[in-house]
Amino acid sequence: MDSAAELAVALMLSADPDLIEIVWLSLKVSLSAVFLSCLVGMPLGAFLATTSFAGRGGVIVIVNALMGLPPVVVGLMVYLALSRSGPMGFLGLLYTPTAMIIAQTLLIAPIVTALSRQVLEDMYGEYRSFFRSIGLRKDQTILALIRDARLALVTVALAGFGRATAEVGAVMIVGGNIDHLTRVMTTAIALETSRGNLALAMALGLILMLLALVVNALAHGLRLSTTRLSSV
Amino acid sequence: MSDCADKTDCAGLTSLRTKNLGLSLDGAAKLADITLDLPPAGITILMGPNGAGKSLLLLLLHGLMNPSAGEILWSGRLLDPQITMRQSLVFQRPVLLRRTVAGNIDFILRARGRSDTARRDLALREVGLNDMAKAHARALSGGEQQRLALARALITDPDVLFLDEPTANLDPTATGLIEKIVRRTAEAGTKVIFVTHDPGQARRLADDVVFLNRGRIAKHADAGSFFSDPGHEAARAYLAGELPL
Repeated sequence: MDSAAELAVALMLSADPDLIEIVWLSLKVSLSAVFLSCLVGMPLGAFLATTSFAGRGGVIVIVNALMGLPPVVVGLMVYLALSRSGPMGFLGLLYTPTAMIIAQTLLIAPIVTALSRQVLEDMYGEYRSFFRSIGLRKDQTILALIRDARLALVTVALAGFGRATAEVGAVMIVGGNIDHLTRVMTTAIALETSRGNLALAMALGLILMLLALVVNALAHGLRLSTTRLSSV
Repeated sequence: MSDCADKTDCAGLTSLRTKNLGLSLDGAAKLADITLDLPPAGITILMGPNGAGKSLLLLLLHGLMNPSAGEILWSGRLLDPQITMRQSLVFQRPVLLRRTVAGNIDFILRARGRSDTARRDLALREVGLNDMAKAHARALSGGEQQRLALARALITDPDVLFLDEPTANLDPTATGLIEKIVRRTAEAGTKVIFVTHDPGQARRLADDVVFLNRGRIAKHADAGSFFSDPGHEAARAYLAGELPL
């Protein structure tokens, strides 16, 4: 463990180009997936939070259940869709960072949708009578809710980011863990472990945990400011 | 007055008539046989004990709830969403957005497609909040929050202003400020319908009083005659603080 920690520090201090490349690709893939998930998931969550329709309860149950989607299943689905004989094989995206972004987006979007719905539904419960009183349209209602819940929604996005950076199964299947192309932190750790380079694998793990810690500290800080503003 | 495009349609929809209005929730009758004819100006006080149905009646008249029976006519026109938009409601507990004081006013101006900072500043000055425009709305005191809610309600120049016990949680000074603004609003031509269970406040504000008891109108009279002779046993007992629950 000590040697792994020393190696992790040495790797970070040396600014090893391979390590930087892996960290950068990890961030690029995860942030892109989070961005796309928020683009789809937050308006969808807001719609579910503010709209009554037949089967709404069922849709909410399904969205909540999708939060627990097994990454390897998502990876397999995306693999089948993007493989040469699959319906989207002509795009030639398999074993590219784009395929990894697609897989992670499918994994994170339900999380963002479900958590956004919960946050926005709570707020809508408070605002509903006022919004109805002033005759606010549905689009105005959704925009107002998203704006007022922005801090809580950043926390939702960070939760998605945390899930994305920790994910290995789906990106391994659709990315292939190709050196200098699709290798990210988690797949690199898996590879080094299988090679027996446990110290290096642990060092990469420590760096990944450091990233996760930074993300969570950020989320915690934002949650505190949200709570403070809501309670005053 | 209101933001209706056609000025002929813009005459204030301020005179209210209801016919046999009723409301049932979960099979229980909350309001029954509410037949009202309110004057198009002044302050009408809805008064009665807790659970009499005052707030529910207010929500019905504003179109936030649908009656189970009867109809609501504003200046002869059946209540519809356009009429609701020409009215404003101030809740007992102000519903303020998580924004600045100015942001709360700007929100409704933008929603109505007419951002106007000069108008916003004037509205804040009228309720004594012009120095707090940049403060977070939820950091204000209870009285300030209610004045902000009132400024936001009035910025659209409503035909009718509904207030649902707006001073229930406020101290006498804050209550006095709210009452002053409400009186000024009524004098400027806005019809005010004000819910309170405070007879003292009703005496200070009312032009006419609708006394509700157990979901029915027990008495509707002009303020002078109501307070000199309530004309109904329940109203008399209520004013004397003796109405059995």
